[in-house]
Amino acid sequence: MSTLQVSIYRYNPETDSAPYMQEFQLDTQGRDIMVLNALEMIKQQDSSMAYRRSCREGVCGSDGMNMNGKNGLACITPLSEVVKDNKLVLRPLPGLPVIRDLVVDMGVFYKQYESIQPYLQNDTNPPATERLQSPEERDKLDGLYECILCACCSTACPSFWWNPDKFVGPAGLLQAYRFLADSRDTATSERLARLEDPFSLFRCRGIMNCVAVCPKGLNPTRAIGKIREMLLSNAT
Amino acid sequence: MVTNITNLGRSGLSDWLIQRISAVILAVYALFMVLYLLFHPGLDYATWSGLFSQTWMRVFSLLAFISIAAHAWVGLWTVSTDYLKQTGVRFAFQAVVMLAIFVFLVWGVQVLWGA
Repeated sequence: MSTLQVSIYRYNPETDSAPYMQEFQLDTQGRDIMVLNALEMIKQQDSSMAYRRSCREGVCGSDGMNMNGKNGLACITPLSEVVKDNKLVLRPLPGLPVIRDLVVDMGVFYKQYESIQPYLQNDTNPPATERLQSPEERDKLDGLYECILCACCSTACPSFWWNPDKFVGPAGLLQAYRFLADSRDTATSERLARLEDPFSLFRCRGIMNCVAVCPKGLNPTRAIGKIREMLLSNAT
Repeated sequence: MVTNITNLGRSGLSDWLIQRISAVILAVYALFMVLYLLFHPGLDYATWSGLFSQTWMRVFSLLAFISIAAHAWVGLWTVSTDYLKQTGVRFAFQAVVMLAIFVFLVWGVQVLWGA
């Protein structure tokens, strides 16, 4: 019973004509380890298997992947949370081009992130020290700044699957609101104008897949709703 | 910023608002119809025709027709831009949808004020 059946998506474009699933048997000795630990044990069986990882504690956002059909970070997901009938199926994040095995090309994801200009813009003269915020103003950034850009949310979003070049996606929109909500940012109207078209923001259909998968417990759907409210109060 | 010329309001914000307002109007109209039919079990032609001969009912119905036209345009335009990736196919689909919506709307007006 302690032998876990692990099925992993394999694809090496240099040698494989098509992706395939490879089966592994893993003896976990009855311990409830993290999916990343399981992957590392499998890598000892087959060192050609490729995946991204770094901090192994849910901070760097490198090991986002699809585990038994749900996106998440392998390093902070215990087997007991995802394994069903002693089986674990690991696939790369859906919707992004696969570079190799579980490693995806995040280019289009970063491009959308860049499009919302994720940095503070302020056209007033810098003060002698820092730009101050009241505790209340600072509170507005809670639930927004914690995003680690692991892409679990955007790659769980059908709107992003169909139009990754036009729809900013939940991760980018959460960050868009992070700067719209920042009392120190003065580029609010320019930021809103860039999101007003039918795709960039409004392709969100509110199905909340992003909320269901976010490993940091953030809520991009609520941020998108807030941006809609800002757009509406500006335009009516 | 993504440019579009075939969506209804030329802006995501206006399409979104149109979609929500038209949905409320359609919900009220549907609710009215269901209740009307429930309270008139043995409905005959004279009663039905009498309902639609009143101006308020014609205005209410026209409002619902315009709402369904706008709602369908926004909705099907979105579907086409999600699933039809080839420009020619997508544009042809949008053209057929818009034409059908226009025909149904004019036909609806004719039905309401005809007879």
